[in-house]
Amino acid sequence: MHNPSPADRSFPDGIVRIRNLRKSFNEHEVLKGIDLNVRKGEAAFIIGASGSGKSTLLRCVNSLETYQAGELWVEDYLVGAERSGNRWVEARASTTARRRSQIGMVFQRFNLFPNMTALENVISGLVMVQKMPKAQARERGMDLLAKVGLAERAGSYPSQLSGGQQQRVAIARAIAANPAVILFDEPTSALDPELVGEVLSVMRELIKEGMTMLIVTHEISFAEEVGDSVYFIDKGVVAEHGSPQQVIRQPSHPRTIEFLARIR
Amino acid sequence: MSQTETRAEDLLIHRRSGPRIVNAIIAVIAIIVVAVAVQVFIGTGRIRWDIVWTYMWSPALFNGVGTTLMLTGVSLAGSIVLGTILAAMLISNNAVLKLIASSYIWFFRGTPLLVQIVFWFNLGLFLPTIELPWTSINTNLLITPTTAALLGLLLNVSAFMCEVIRGGLISVDKGQTEAALSIGMTPVQALLQIVLPQAVRVILPTAGNLAIDLLKTTSLVYVIGTREIMGSTQSIAAQTFYVIEMLVVASLWYLILVTVATLLQAQLEKRLARSQGAGPVQIGKVI
Repeated sequence: MHNPSPADRSFPDGIVRIRNLRKSFNEHEVLKGIDLNVRKGEAAFIIGASGSGKSTLLRCVNSLETYQAGELWVEDYLVGAERSGNRWVEARASTTARRRSQIGMVFQRFNLFPNMTALENVISGLVMVQKMPKAQARERGMDLLAKVGLAERAGSYPSQLSGGQQQRVAIARAIAANPAVILFDEPTSALDPELVGEVLSVMRELIKEGMTMLIVTHEISFAEEVGDSVYFIDKGVVAEHGSPQQVIRQPSHPRTIEFLARIR
Repeated sequence: MSQTETRAEDLLIHRRSGPRIVNAIIAVIAIIVVAVAVQVFIGTGRIRWDIVWTYMWSPALFNGVGTTLMLTGVSLAGSIVLGTILAAMLISNNAVLKLIASSYIWFFRGTPLLVQIVFWFNLGLFLPTIELPWTSINTNLLITPTTAALLGLLLNVSAFMCEVIRGGLISVDKGQTEAALSIGMTPVQALLQIVLPQAVRVILPTAGNLAIDLLKTTSLVYVIGTREIMGSTQSIAAQTFYVIEMLVVASLWYLILVTVATLLQAQLEKRLARSQGAGPVQIGKVI
């Protein structure tokens, strides 16, 4: 694969550390050397125009996409690889699966399992992957549903829930296994405008609790309000990054200024 | 006030009687056509209904019905296994497996079933013994009308079943697999525990139609002397010359079996829909 140097990890406190990440689909290069660091308890926002590569970057973190060059570390492991003696070799499917259970993911289109109730969706990972006893899982599942304000909809199927409710169930599912980091891939983009608020307020709660989060979104004012850091990605590179204050209030890069002007 | 009421009465739309009269005339004509047809075939036609009734419930026919059900059941079960394996090969990333599976489908869908059945029955002509590293088998002992029929039906219907299963699997949104992976499932787990249960609801109606089709298609194997419904009636017809009567017996039995199978299929679909919550509306959503 590639040849990373474990000694050169200049962000020792980062949960997600990305160095010079490159990714192409066939001939087309979407990520052209991304650097990014998410510390424990940080809410990092990735903004940028459609097609800039931000979703692809997010999906690389839990191996839904592979990358061709650079380094992508989550906690103490190199994504897509595992140690074999002194060498790094491609990670086994079982290793990747185990690692993924420690990374929550919230999708744009919710992707709830339609044949399971809200509660069954939330505890699906606990029961089917972690092999937690059913009774214990249900108890935890009810706590999680209460946390997203949907305890009374535990027995409802996704088709009986509004988009906002479905996404809140999806968030509960993503945090069920106490992941080290949660990835949000445009969590409010598929929602009717009046349903965006309920999802954002659940996310706001998680940020307050100190959850480590990496969020791709078009909700600029939400990023400005609650973000610890903001990355503006343009044409596969980080054009500008810093605090929301710097990137959103006083952008310096011309592409950032142009993007923010367009989106507001 | 009274003015509006009068106006409302004026607005009452009266039905025209023309279309209804035309409808009635068409219905009467249709009834006459059907009655004439029935009269020609049943009334003046010389079908011995007492013969039909007697042979309908004869031991030879019961054996035939049993054989038809066995051929259908075994080749259906076998095709589900082989079809699933072929579908898995088709959606895999292994180019060789993909090529093998698609060649299989190309061949077995591209040649007539009748040709395949006759071919298997005559296998011994060019392959007198099947040589395996550890043993050799006399083909003529292995290939009987029943085994040749089973082989032909199973291998053929598997090609169609594979397409049905593959269609079901790819009808499930890719997001479902991604969500399953994201909670820590392995790809195999995601396929078996998340995708397959959802695919079944798409697969079942089509597979049911395939099964009902297969039930009738088994009649083809009478050409190699298999005594299923068609074979039994034909051998009786050859001895008694009740040709039409025996065709009627065969048709009635197929109608009975297909009707039962259709009812079973509807029951199964209903139960599946109930056990999976919000009913058929969801299928549309999954697709």
